[in-house]
Amino acid sequence: MDVIFEYKQILIEGTLVTISLAVLSLLLSIVLGLIGAFAKLSSSRGVRRAGNIYTLFVRSVPDLVLMMLIFFGGQTLLSQIGGLTGLWDYIEINQFVAGVLTLGFIFGAYMSETFRGAILAIPRGQIEAAMAVGMKPGQIFRIVTWPQMVRFALPSFTNNWLVLVKSTALVSVIGLHDLVWNAFSAGRSTHQLFSFMIAVMVIYLVITGLSDLILRRVDRKYAAGVRKA
Amino acid sequence: MESERSFYEYLQSFSETRSPIDFVLIYDNLPRFFDGALVTLQLTFLALLVGGLIAVPLAIARAYRKPFLSPAIRVYTYVFCGTPLLVQVYLFYFGLGQFTAVQESFLWDPILSNPWWCVIIAFTLNTAAYTTEFLRGAIEATPHGEVEAAKACGMSPFTRMRLVVLPNAFRRALPAYSNEVIFTLHGSVIASTVTLQDLLGVGRWLNGRYYLAYEGFLTAMVFYMAIVFLITFVFRMAEKRFLGHLRPREAPAPGSARVAA
Repeated sequence: MDVIFEYKQILIEGTLVTISLAVLSLLLSIVLGLIGAFAKLSSSRGVRRAGNIYTLFVRSVPDLVLMMLIFFGGQTLLSQIGGLTGLWDYIEINQFVAGVLTLGFIFGAYMSETFRGAILAIPRGQIEAAMAVGMKPGQIFRIVTWPQMVRFALPSFTNNWLVLVKSTALVSVIGLHDLVWNAFSAGRSTHQLFSFMIAVMVIYLVITGLSDLILRRVDRKYAAGVRKA
Repeated sequence: MESERSFYEYLQSFSETRSPIDFVLIYDNLPRFFDGALVTLQLTFLALLVGGLIAVPLAIARAYRKPFLSPAIRVYTYVFCGTPLLVQVYLFYFGLGQFTAVQESFLWDPILSNPWWCVIIAFTLNTAAYTTEFLRGAIEATPHGEVEAAKACGMSPFTRMRLVVLPNAFRRALPAYSNEVIFTLHGSVIASTVTLQDLLGVGRWLNGRYYLAYEGFLTAMVFYMAIVFLITFVFRMAEKRFLGHLRPREAPAPGSARVAA
């Protein structure tokens, strides 16, 4: 146990990398999820199909495969494009960017399902009423759709977030110095990998436990106007 | 003359002239990818099978709130559902070697020093934890009337479980289980991080060997997509067969309705 406290600095640094990776991916996934949800609910058939293909694709490809494709393939693709167009010589995709892009892209698809269901749960009459009083589409979204959507989406959103936090561990495979990577190298140099992996598990459980607590608060705020069944 | 060229020659000229992806290399290494797919499927379904068998009694103990047993199982599922699978695999494969007692035990040589066994153990415990929790939900959702009816027929608790509670719980859990199967397949890529040659492992090997960026990953991706589509198809068939009574009834054709009236 003592050895883990000796290495606490490196574990804390890794935890911060993991958390910032997760939060940034979450933001990207919310944006993509909203776009995807509205695409799926669009009146245009082509847009709807594009939204569904997005979800289908993400559901069928494992996250690590996509992450490696973006990290190794994206690098080459970017330099090939740069070489052809002459716009840039060399752009490096670092592991952090590759991680955020991959996780954001993957969880954007899951979020789009979540948001789609939540938007569908809002009674159609409310949107019509908002239009009738002359609200612009942006206003309708901000004042009518969003506050209720959050409440309907929250349980599934929480679940997506917890899965996302766990998925960040994969970024250590492409070499980002996150919690798992740091703990692994510390454990290897001290020959105490078991203790360090247990420590990593405890840290993940703390992160998920805390986010559960916070999201329950958010739920209470957005459900203020609704009586508990 | 064009039509007389074999498929392979066509592939060769296409790869050399027009495509950024070397299809010939992929074609030449296809047997390896099929071997990799076999490893992936083996890991996935073995873990699902054993994990499912473990999950049934655990879910029953959880659903009926057996004292001591149920909280203990909850701790197990909480830890395994709340931590990354990658860390669990590392814990078994790299972690157990920390203890000399483990290294000297009879389990070390054939099992715990072997990546395949460590991966199978981690995957099984992981999928068993998830399956336990949603199976518990399905068992708890059993309508009380069904249990009462079974009691009224004089069924023993064991018969009740076997003939009434479990079959219906399995049906209710089927949609969630199809997700679990796909997630286990997705999770199986982690095997490649501990040197196993599963689909992604073969892809990484190919890219590393020929210094490529796309080919190995893209081929692995196509294989995974094919497997997922197959699984989805099988589950859709199963849902049609076992959950047919829950499907929304289709409106009868206008013509037939008139005849009925």
